[in-house]
Amino acid sequence: MTHLDGNVLAGPLSELGDLDVTTLVGTCSGCHDASVMAAAMVYPDAPGLVVRCHVCGDVLLVIVQSTAGTEIFVRGVTGLPLFA
Amino acid sequence: MSGWKVGTVTTTSTQTASARAISLEVPGWPGNLAGQHVDVRLTAPDGYTAVRSYSIASAGPGETVELAVDRLPDGEVSPYLVDDLQDGDQVELRGPLGGWFVWRPEQAEHVQLIGGGSGIVPLMAMMRSHAASGSTAPFRLLYSVRTPDDVIYRDEIAALDDSSLDTMLVYTRMAPVGWPVPPGRLSKAILAESVFPASEAPLIFVCGPTGFVEAVATWLVELGHEPSRIKTERFGGK
Repeated sequence: MTHLDGNVLAGPLSELGDLDVTTLVGTCSGCHDASVMAAAMVYPDAPGLVVRCHVCGDVLLVIVQSTAGTEIFVRGVTGLPLFA
Repeated sequence: MSGWKVGTVTTTSTQTASARAISLEVPGWPGNLAGQHVDVRLTAPDGYTAVRSYSIASAGPGETVELAVDRLPDGEVSPYLVDDLQDGDQVELRGPLGGWFVWRPEQAEHVQLIGGGSGIVPLMAMMRSHAASGSTAPFRLLYSVRTPDDVIYRDEIAALDDSSLDTMLVYTRMAPVGWPVPPGRLSKAILAESVFPASEAPLIFVCGPTGFVEAVATWLVELGHEPSRIKTERFGGK
């Protein structure tokens, strides 16, 4: 399965407000790697995006997009000021 | 940055058998940095929508946005953009997006660009920004393509190579007659010979298909480049 990277998150997460998620540093709860979200692996499988740590592969975020809007499930990442 | 804007196609230009450059006039576009991308949304008459991300080939202020799109054989959006979109047609755009995979004219350090296929597009924006700003930062491009006919922005890159850029092309399937390197996939040895050495601590931008990007990034680290100096952007075939 081909994955993309966290650069592709910029559009969907811009719906949260004036926020560029690609430059934010998140810390993986599994391996404690701290990297910009642009470096994460993103699996674009319908109906959403699964964002995984580029070091250990643990799930960081799951983003589900539907006609109702964008839902973000924060799974294994800390330090992201997503709702600051 | 959120919200969708409407762009109107002003000009298109065929680049290769599968790729086309598309210029759009986008009222309210705030300008963009070199390397940013945009989400494009198409809506069918029945309301079905499809959204895809495309790199922007242009940079700077103004309300004109240039994309270059390569047709994916099983694509849902790219065949329409490459084959059917006409001057005056409208699409929805969200952006500019992404502030990580970008180059700013005030950056003075060495820059190594490495592109595979249509991964050249955001790098083209950086080359254009570099030339337009009169930047003296040393710029070098390594561009991997299948054949000479697959070089997107061929004439413009050739012109830049005569002035502000140092270019190396790697042909994976067929090379021009007399080309010094036989056709074949980019290797670690060719990479080592072609890019600025780690001792120059270049800022490196790599864009292309996922497999290409991951191979190149791994080799760069093995060649002594700091991972923090390597910025990558992958595109898929969905």
